[in-house]
Amino acid sequence: MASIGDGSERQRIAQQRLRVLAGHLRRLGAEERPGVAAQECRAGAGTTEPDDKPPCSVPKRRQDIMKWNGWGYADSKFFFNKKGQGEFTGKRYRLSGLILPSLKDWFEGTFGANLQHKSPAVPSLNTSAVAPPSLNEAFVEELKSTGIPFSHDTEDRVFRAHGHCLHEIFSLRDGRVGRCPDMVVWPNCHNDVVKIVELACKHSVCLIPYGGGTSVSSALECPPEETRSIVSLDTSQMNRILWIDEKNLTAHVEAGIIGQDLERLLNESGYCTGHEPDSMEFSSLGGWVATRASGMKKNIYGNIEDLVVHIKMVTPRGVIEKSCQGPRMSTGPDIHHFILGSEGTLGVVTEVTLKIRPIPEYQKYGSVVFPNFQQGVACLREVAKQRCAPASIRLMDNEQFQFGHALKPQVSSIFTSFLDGLKKFYITKFKGFDPHHLCVATLLFEGDREKVLQHEKLVYDIAAKFGGLAAGEDNGQRGYMLTFVIAYLRDLGMEYYVIGESFETSVPWDRVLDLCRNVKERIVRECKEKGVQFPPLSTCRVTQTYDAGACVYFYFAFNYRGLSDPVHVYEQVEHAAREEILANGGSLSHHHGVGKLRKEWMQETISSVGLGMLKSVKDYLDPNNIFGNRNLL
Amino acid sequence: MASKALYSHRDPVLKKRDDFEDILEERRNSSDLRYAFKCYTPVLYRGLTPCKAATLKSMVLQSEQLLHVINQVSAESGESTDVVKDEAAAILEEMAHRLQLRTIRFFAYTLSKAFKALYRSVCVNEEGIQRLQQAMQEHPVVLLPSHRSYMDFLMMSYILYTYDLSLPVIAAGMDFLGMKFVGEMLRMSGAFFIRRSFGGDQLYWAVFSEYVKTMLRKGYAPIEFFLEGTRSRTCKSLTPKLGLLNIVMEPFFKGEVFDVNLVPVSMSYERVLEESLYARELLGVPKPKESTSGLLKARKILSEDYGSMHVYFSPPVSVRSLAQGRINRSQFNLTPRHVAQKPSEETQAFVNDVAYRIVRLQQENMVVKPWVLVATLLLQSVEGMELTELMEQTSWLRDLARMFGAFLDWPDHTPCSMVVSSSISLHRNLACVSGSRISLVVEGPQGPETPEEALFNRAVSVLSCASYRNQVLHVFLRPALLAMALSNANSSRKEDIYSCFDFLRNVFSDEFILSPGASVQDFDEACHLLVKCGAVELLHQDVVMAESGRTVLSFLTLLLEPFLQGYQVVCRYLREEATENLTEKQFIPAVRSFAVKLHLSGSLKCYEVLSSDLQKNALNALIRLNVVRRVRTNEQVLFKVNKAAVNSVEDTLGGRIPTQKSILARL
Repeated sequence: MASIGDGSERQRIAQQRLRVLAGHLRRLGAEERPGVAAQECRAGAGTTEPDDKPPCSVPKRRQDIMKWNGWGYADSKFFFNKKGQGEFTGKRYRLSGLILPSLKDWFEGTFGANLQHKSPAVPSLNTSAVAPPSLNEAFVEELKSTGIPFSHDTEDRVFRAHGHCLHEIFSLRDGRVGRCPDMVVWPNCHNDVVKIVELACKHSVCLIPYGGGTSVSSALECPPEETRSIVSLDTSQMNRILWIDEKNLTAHVEAGIIGQDLERLLNESGYCTGHEPDSMEFSSLGGWVATRASGMKKNIYGNIEDLVVHIKMVTPRGVIEKSCQGPRMSTGPDIHHFILGSEGTLGVVTEVTLKIRPIPEYQKYGSVVFPNFQQGVACLREVAKQRCAPASIRLMDNEQFQFGHALKPQVSSIFTSFLDGLKKFYITKFKGFDPHHLCVATLLFEGDREKVLQHEKLVYDIAAKFGGLAAGEDNGQRGYMLTFVIAYLRDLGMEYYVIGESFETSVPWDRVLDLCRNVKERIVRECKEKGVQFPPLSTCRVTQTYDAGACVYFYFAFNYRGLSDPVHVYEQVEHAAREEILANGGSLSHHHGVGKLRKEWMQETISSVGLGMLKSVKDYLDPNNIFGNRNLL
Repeated sequence: MASKALYSHRDPVLKKRDDFEDILEERRNSSDLRYAFKCYTPVLYRGLTPCKAATLKSMVLQSEQLLHVINQVSAESGESTDVVKDEAAAILEEMAHRLQLRTIRFFAYTLSKAFKALYRSVCVNEEGIQRLQQAMQEHPVVLLPSHRSYMDFLMMSYILYTYDLSLPVIAAGMDFLGMKFVGEMLRMSGAFFIRRSFGGDQLYWAVFSEYVKTMLRKGYAPIEFFLEGTRSRTCKSLTPKLGLLNIVMEPFFKGEVFDVNLVPVSMSYERVLEESLYARELLGVPKPKESTSGLLKARKILSEDYGSMHVYFSPPVSVRSLAQGRINRSQFNLTPRHVAQKPSEETQAFVNDVAYRIVRLQQENMVVKPWVLVATLLLQSVEGMELTELMEQTSWLRDLARMFGAFLDWPDHTPCSMVVSSSISLHRNLACVSGSRISLVVEGPQGPETPEEALFNRAVSVLSCASYRNQVLHVFLRPALLAMALSNANSSRKEDIYSCFDFLRNVFSDEFILSPGASVQDFDEACHLLVKCGAVELLHQDVVMAESGRTVLSFLTLLLEPFLQGYQVVCRYLREEATENLTEKQFIPAVRSFAVKLHLSGSLKCYEVLSSDLQKNALNALIRLNVVRRVRTNEQVLFKVNKAAVNSVEDTLGGRIPTQKSILARL
């Protein structure tokens, strides 16, 4: 392992790390290299716009680079070109600018969709359709005097009125906007937040914290019954790394920083957090804490609760934090666990101390083909049992495997296509795998080179015991790349009467197969019963392994032509699917959180006593419900 | 009410039923041998990975469920796990089926011959077969036929083979294994054998339930068993047994399968092979032990005419949809699924409701033959009646039965008299026409007979005849209970009549299929039917007999009269003769001789009280009403009788004292 003190070595690793990250993000502007900002917040200094702010990948005016009615960057999207071939625009991703020849057939075949039948979105936001803000004048006046920037511009408000649930995006595409925050404030530091919260308490204003806006639990929706003025507290400008402690391997970071910026900035110093949720391009550190986020590479780095060492949160009752940074404490119930998963109902997380790790020397993708899903799950279970899971190991079912194929870009040479054909022949004919049953696990190894190679061998040996065949790095890498573009694909579907969503759960090992089968089947049946005219796509993957169970992700989408209220049908089916998950021993959520979407199941999930405990914490910290997003409880 | 979801009020008449096809017709026109060697490629369950019977066994022996119990048993008994494992393997060896196509083909051939000799036709609803085929592909299927005859399961497998459907594995009683060859033949045609009682044997239970569940989870084959547990000797449906039903539902409760489909099958015989055998058995002549030589001796039945037979496959019932809103499946989340849990009360109640629902579905689709109506009327005039009167009444009863929703097999465009006389000729062993009168046939020895023998022979005829009447009881049961309540109640107020109805329903709930907790629905259904046929009128808070209702009501009251009298006799016995130390073993012979005494003295005319079935049911009812207590001592079971309470039940049954809530409470 490289010595951390050695600056040039550190630089080298950082460069390498950057290339790796750019590998699956292919971001623009990675070559900009701003320094780590370690300045104290200059609150009250008249200007809250420090000149030395690091450039943030998502600006204050999100509308400048983001879609207003879909996922991600405005310049990146799927579309079918004139020849009916799928294409992905922009330059940000590996897939960008490539032609995807099999997408159309897969899309039409899977959903019964047709490129002639379009369901286009309204072209732009009709600002006059948005109700004017109801401002609390006294609050606005006092806020002005603090110098903290704010806005009641309609676009700013609409951007912070939603997350990415299907019904939210569907309404936007229809040009419908529900209750919006009445204004947006952009605190620049912890002290700004303290002031805002004090003012909100004083003037009885409802605060809704906003981080990256990637919620899929209706957590950002403004409660329609809220009568007070609603202020969206956008943390995106609190995005500095305040210090790095190389002796203890920790970093103290403002909570508004988004995932890709955090990794990029740490990489420059030769470090990483290793926390890579699928939404890391847009989601924020504070959001991770508030929802108990989970990262793809948690097997090495841990989930967010394993990564945080210290949290500072501003509540109506005051600031909550621990007095030291001891790695573990026996001081009663851990107050961090009231904050983790509080979903913005208790206060705003402003600063977090996180564990950091030196950037790994070597990274390698891999993939394994299994004859069927059962064998794949058995293999993952064995890997978990031997505690030798790579940084990431994910198992896609057959439908997802086929979907992955649909996103294969046009091959550049005859030789590649010949090789592909040969591979397919080997697996299906020589090894006798049924193409309608086989499934694929994607792997990501990290560490020093020698250990990675050893580790790789160990995992492939286990896989072989379950009939798994190594299927190459390329397939593995593509699997992870898809993670980042799949959200864009939903927008494509919505152009052609196809709606869908993903949802997740965690479940003990012995129930994984039963749960997957039953939930998929339930989705198919409910769709049929609810009058969906075409068979839905109902597929799943195992995305994380634990000692005692796994995290399972479901993707579900259907063609809604012929339905009068597709979103309602969608919601009924998702509701039924969640009931099925719970009946089969799955949890309410592994990492998406509860929000308002899954609130109804909280009592049965944590018992009424448990719910009472949480309520009493809320009552103590926020008796007037200033943090009134009404999530969770 | 718990069972509301399962028993919504419905008009039984509006039920649509499928048409029948005679499967013997083709057999009479083409080669049986070719049929036996036909290409048999049934549609399989879509989740099935086919496996051999032997693989199945080793899967069971290696299952976590069984290993868990083996470890437990070994810890408790101190024996090594290997010994217990061997024991489990031995149990499984004794139990498991060895389904093989060869044997099936053999049966296909011989049964074709036998069925053609026995039956004029075997009619099957083909739409039911199609629905079944569909269901078999989608989900594990459990076949639940009614059980009136040994023929039932042979016939089931035969039909499934005929229609190219997966052959079932069948839960059969161990008694068949006593038959040389035949037991093993049955095993090779898919029967697996379970002991009649294994109450406390944890290991046996574990092997058995795991065996069944493994087959179900794998979708290995449809599982067939008889909810009633045993052949009904009376041709009434028996109170369902819940053990196996519990087992087949568990994989759904625990999420191991997406759904389980239950398919009720109603098998109706125009003439039951075992008719007089049953009657004798009910009168205390022990059932002949199953033996191969017995079977060979029974060959002579092949020369007799058993009329036609109907098999109706009801639409599959999805356990998932029944359980919707009734079973919280997450109750199984907190214990590993291989650890057996005692079913919760909610689960038990649910399984019980499902069992009753299935039996009622079996009843509803049971085909009622003209003879059943004739037998019903004959029993109401045991001394015989004029043939013309019988014709008239049969035609009247046919219309009433239709109105009440009976599934009648009545030939179209045939005069009633023809239908009646042809069914009398088929059943000439039971009824004979002499001159213009018709009466029951009483077989007897050539020489002189003692009064006891005469009584016995007469009782055999009456009980044989009653087994046909019983086949239509489910149609008339609820209105008949209401008719009886109307005559017993001392006012016409609806509440009084309801409480009387409820009391009778409660007393008779071992005798007939009356779903627990469905009293109000049953009352409503009874009112609805009686109003519809014009027998009663509902006026505000009153239920009153209509002018024209006398015939219907007296017919209905007479229909249940034998049961009412029977129960009263049992009460009287308990009141007058039962000693302090009445044991379980003594009970039936003692009641029987008490009834015989009453008969011979001329004070009792009812024969059905001689039936051990009625005696047992009456006793169970009294135990349920807390009038008789079962006390288990070291060696035996004793009955402790509360004579005052028995007296009160007897009087209430006789309508001498009104049913009131207070009386019910005191009981």
